[in-house]
Amino acid sequence: MTVIDLSKTSLRDLNQRLHDLNGADRNNEWRITNPSGEHAIAVGLNAPTNVQIDGPVGYYCGGMNKEAMITINGHCGWGVGENIMSGFIRVKGNASESAGASGRGGMIVIEGDASSRCGISMKGVDIVVTGSVGHMSAFLAQKGHLVVGGDVGPDLGASIYEAVIYVQGKVNGLGTDCIEKDMTPEHRKNLARLLQEAGVDMNPAGFRRYGSARKLYHFNVDHADAY
Amino acid sequence: MCGIVGLFAKNPDLKENLGQHLSEMLKGMSQRGPDSTGFAVYSDNSLDNSVKFTLFNGITQSTWADVKAELETTIGVPVNLETRGSHAVITASSTVEKILSFLGSQHPEIRVMGYGHRIEIYKEKGLAADVVGRFGLSEMSGSHGIGHTRMATESAITTEHSHPFIAASDICLVHNGSLSNYNGLRRRLQNYGMSFETDNDSEVAARYVAYRMNEGASLREALEAALKDIDGFYTFAVGTIDGFAVVRDGIACKPAVMAETDDWVAMASEYRSLAHLPGADTAKVWEPEPAVVYSWGQE
Repeated sequence: MTVIDLSKTSLRDLNQRLHDLNGADRNNEWRITNPSGEHAIAVGLNAPTNVQIDGPVGYYCGGMNKEAMITINGHCGWGVGENIMSGFIRVKGNASESAGASGRGGMIVIEGDASSRCGISMKGVDIVVTGSVGHMSAFLAQKGHLVVGGDVGPDLGASIYEAVIYVQGKVNGLGTDCIEKDMTPEHRKNLARLLQEAGVDMNPAGFRRYGSARKLYHFNVDHADAY
Repeated sequence: MCGIVGLFAKNPDLKENLGQHLSEMLKGMSQRGPDSTGFAVYSDNSLDNSVKFTLFNGITQSTWADVKAELETTIGVPVNLETRGSHAVITASSTVEKILSFLGSQHPEIRVMGYGHRIEIYKEKGLAADVVGRFGLSEMSGSHGIGHTRMATESAITTEHSHPFIAASDICLVHNGSLSNYNGLRRRLQNYGMSFETDNDSEVAARYVAYRMNEGASLREALEAALKDIDGFYTFAVGTIDGFAVVRDGIACKPAVMAETDDWVAMASEYRSLAHLPGADTAKVWEPEPAVVYSWGQE
């Protein structure tokens, strides 16, 4: 295991060393200590390595991640796993706004609450939040899954495309074109798979499904007078 | 970008080290605001029948001792004087109006940083670590305080343009964000007879809160009215004589995180400014919702 103390090593040096892996270093493990809320820790990784961060991180931690398994033992700031491509990010704490924004693939698990705009414009990432998420979550979500064990703030899934949302708690308002849909056996199976992959012990039976009503997909001639 | 912080001691044992904690919180926000730093501390040992002014003397030839002597002659009671860095705190058994009148007529060059019964405000250009050191924040005690690190976007970088802005007696405001209708709002408030020290947008927010409260609104009502009248991006923290309040704009564009334990309540723009507080790792942590007023102490 390589231990990097961010009170002694610069963030630039740390990220450069991680970038230098460049697809290799399959079995290595990295432990980052004293992150002290620094922004942009472990962004742009491109190797199937394990990175453990002990403490709170700032903005964009694990952004653009490819293949790496990143564990954050603490809270994280805005945009954790922003534009994640693949790999896995686990937050053992709360996440701030825009968690997993525009993520293309991989999985983000937040073992706590996430704030507003969680999964905004997600494009294939799977996000599992054991606690609650804030307002405007899954705004413009195009693909992937958002699973919320707790409650959801106002305007869930506004202008959503084909992403799928599962919520166990209370929904405090749906956004434009987002509706509740039937929880079919197929969806229950899908959710069970996501929960298992996330390593989260929750019963799929208690969840409801939300998605797009697809009414914004096409011009509606009845609204012609509005233009 | 700016950084704002607030800390309220629920447990009296924390008051002794309030300055130390607030100092570390401000240092944590240094990257968000490298231009200037300021803070308000509400001390616990003030007398109710005395008023306290924090003054900044950038250009006058008079010494603080001269000012104190002149003030004593004018108001006819003893004045206590303490200096910290470029600022001085004067305390006297008098009224806010009498001292403001003296300063306005005899020493218009002296800037009033803050006034009230308990508040002291210190602010200056520079990084948080330097500014808190110059004023000795870590040695200060108090029941609560708010602070600000500034990255200037819309007006000059001076002591006067730094936060917190005094709004009214014992009420001050710090702001992260930028307001868009502040020129119009300033003109409106000027029409109501309010005067301004700077062309800064955040000062308009502070004066707006003062105006509303002067009209009879509670702090909560003033901030709820601000949500309708003030356009732009903002997280405000407002310090009051016995607590503080936090409000974010309707889409919560600017960051804010809050934490609470049995011993304290704190807010900051980022969690990194809360992480060092005792018990932060087990504190209840949440982000304030848009357009919701959160307050401790005075409503």
